[in-house]
Amino acid sequence: MTTILQSFLIALRALRVNKMRALLTMLGIIIGIAAVIAMVAIGAGASKMISDQIASIGSNLLLVLPGSTTSGGLRSGMGGAPTLTYDDAKAIKAECPSVGNVAPTVRGTAQVVYGNQNWSTIVLGVTPEILEVRDWPLVAGKAFTQSDVDGAAKCCLIGDTVAENLFGDTDPLGKVIRIKKIPFVVVGVLTHKGQSPQGTDQDDTVFVPLRTAQRKLFGSQFPNTVNAMMVQAQSAEVLKKAEEEILSLLDQRHRIGPSRERDFSVRNLSEILAVSEQSSKVMSILLGAVASISLVVGGIGIMNIMLVSVTERTREIGIRMAIGAKQRDILLQFLTEAVLLTTCGGIIGMGLGVVLAMVVSSLMEWPTLISTNAIVVAFLFSAGVGVFFGFYPARKAAALNPIEALRYE
Amino acid sequence: MGDVVKVTDVTKVYVMGDQRVEALRGVSFSVRRGEFVAIMGASGSGKSTCMNMLGCLDVPTEGEYLLEGVNVGRLSRNDLAEIRNRKLGFVFQGFNLLARTTARENVELPLVYSRVPSTVRRAKALAALEQVGLAGREDHYSSQLSGGQQQRVAIARALVNEPAIILADEPTGNLDSKTSVEIMGIFQQLNRLGITIIMVTHEQDVAAYAGRHLVFKDGLIMADEVSAAPTIATPLREAAP
Repeated sequence: MTTILQSFLIALRALRVNKMRALLTMLGIIIGIAAVIAMVAIGAGASKMISDQIASIGSNLLLVLPGSTTSGGLRSGMGGAPTLTYDDAKAIKAECPSVGNVAPTVRGTAQVVYGNQNWSTIVLGVTPEILEVRDWPLVAGKAFTQSDVDGAAKCCLIGDTVAENLFGDTDPLGKVIRIKKIPFVVVGVLTHKGQSPQGTDQDDTVFVPLRTAQRKLFGSQFPNTVNAMMVQAQSAEVLKKAEEEILSLLDQRHRIGPSRERDFSVRNLSEILAVSEQSSKVMSILLGAVASISLVVGGIGIMNIMLVSVTERTREIGIRMAIGAKQRDILLQFLTEAVLLTTCGGIIGMGLGVVLAMVVSSLMEWPTLISTNAIVVAFLFSAGVGVFFGFYPARKAAALNPIEALRYE
Repeated sequence: MGDVVKVTDVTKVYVMGDQRVEALRGVSFSVRRGEFVAIMGASGSGKSTCMNMLGCLDVPTEGEYLLEGVNVGRLSRNDLAEIRNRKLGFVFQGFNLLARTTARENVELPLVYSRVPSTVRRAKALAALEQVGLAGREDHYSSQLSGGQQQRVAIARALVNEPAIILADEPTGNLDSKTSVEIMGIFQQLNRLGITIIMVTHEQDVAAYAGRHLVFKDGLIMADEVSAAPTIATPLREAAP
């Protein structure tokens, strides 16, 4: 222990003698570590943003959409046809064993009025399952029930944005708002959910019972149809199986055969987002890899200076050897010096990297995630660079012949 | 008292490319404890090679070198370092103190490598500095000391681990004659305390302070004579500032 402490003190002294050179030598490591920390933080931030968005939709979700329709030669897009019904949703729930919750929705836009305030928002006709499927709890009040849905009750749940715009500071619970001039009692307020992966405000919405929406708000010539169904599989493992079950059940119910094209589609939402999460992970690995190249370059700089230092101090090495320093002592001395250089550089680089990450996150409004893991790894890595690139010069010093080293001018 | 150094038929051959240089061609001598020996000779006579070997910086090609009964020629680099540390003290022509290091730290250096705890180190270093008349100068840096003072620090460094022999290689080579006398005075003083000293020099008047002269020529010992009446240097004790 004494020897390590001793060589640490010797190294510290050697570095103090050449402060400018030590700093310049460290610069490579400083930049390398700073780059790695910042890049990993930014990459991790991006991944987290995406996985948060995935979580905000709900997990293990399938989206069942009606097919397209043709009217007067114009084909509507997917979801345009009134081919999915509430009964389809009930059948999926009842007959597909891999399916957990089914949340059919009817979607429309409407002007919502409270007192002298009004706000245009998306009104969704839903069943109580939607809250579970989308993992969307209430902040106040309680959800309407299945009997409210069956009885087409005129009650609603409002999103955060709607609550803010219509009510401001007043408590919305129990108040009556008008949707398309029909009065609805606000029974609950949804928690804040934030942006969807597409960037739309998910909180700008009002939930009403499905039947109410179908019959009283968005009545059409096709009663009982729904715009979409969100289906939650029992677990991530049976997601694929749930998809197949839904396909075969709906094929059967809609009498789809070789001669009839499917009038609905099933999409796997989580899968789409998982791909983008994957790509952001690859991106952050790439950034990290590029940054660690600068670390290697920094390490070579250390090796270079250590070699110069060994040559410069040949005489000192000779004196130390004559006085009784063993090869191990000399090796340890120069290795300690290299490691001290890189770890000092590493610590400065860490600080710089954290600052850099914070600057980037504030300038680009991009979340950054500085993990202690990355910091510990960076520190160990910088010490490792010191050992790796310091070893050759240190061994060279230790291998010097004391007689020649003493004679060196 | 027995022989501290016993050299028997030692040869040393350097091979440089296809050239063979015979630096020592069969040298035998022994040094008893408490002797003050001057090794003399022209450059190329083999005296430096002999000194390196005595100092365990080099090993003989053939022959035997016993240092306090230990055959040094068979030892590994590490063991040689250990012997240099514990049994030998070096004083060089160019002082060879570490730059930007205080006198005390320079003197402590051998103790650092023999893993002596720092409080003991400090005490021993201060005692050694006092012995060479540098009490009070322990916190001076090498660059703040005169040549004579630097050489005294070097002697203190050689002394500090209580070695069997102090080896001095042209210790007065870089000093003026007055300072040289001072340094020789310190050597004689240490010698009177029973410390064995072997000194390489090519100057006759410096060698005159030693009690025995070994004269080298062409890798052989030409003369080995005991000086009946060595010059006595009265050491000028430098007053502490």
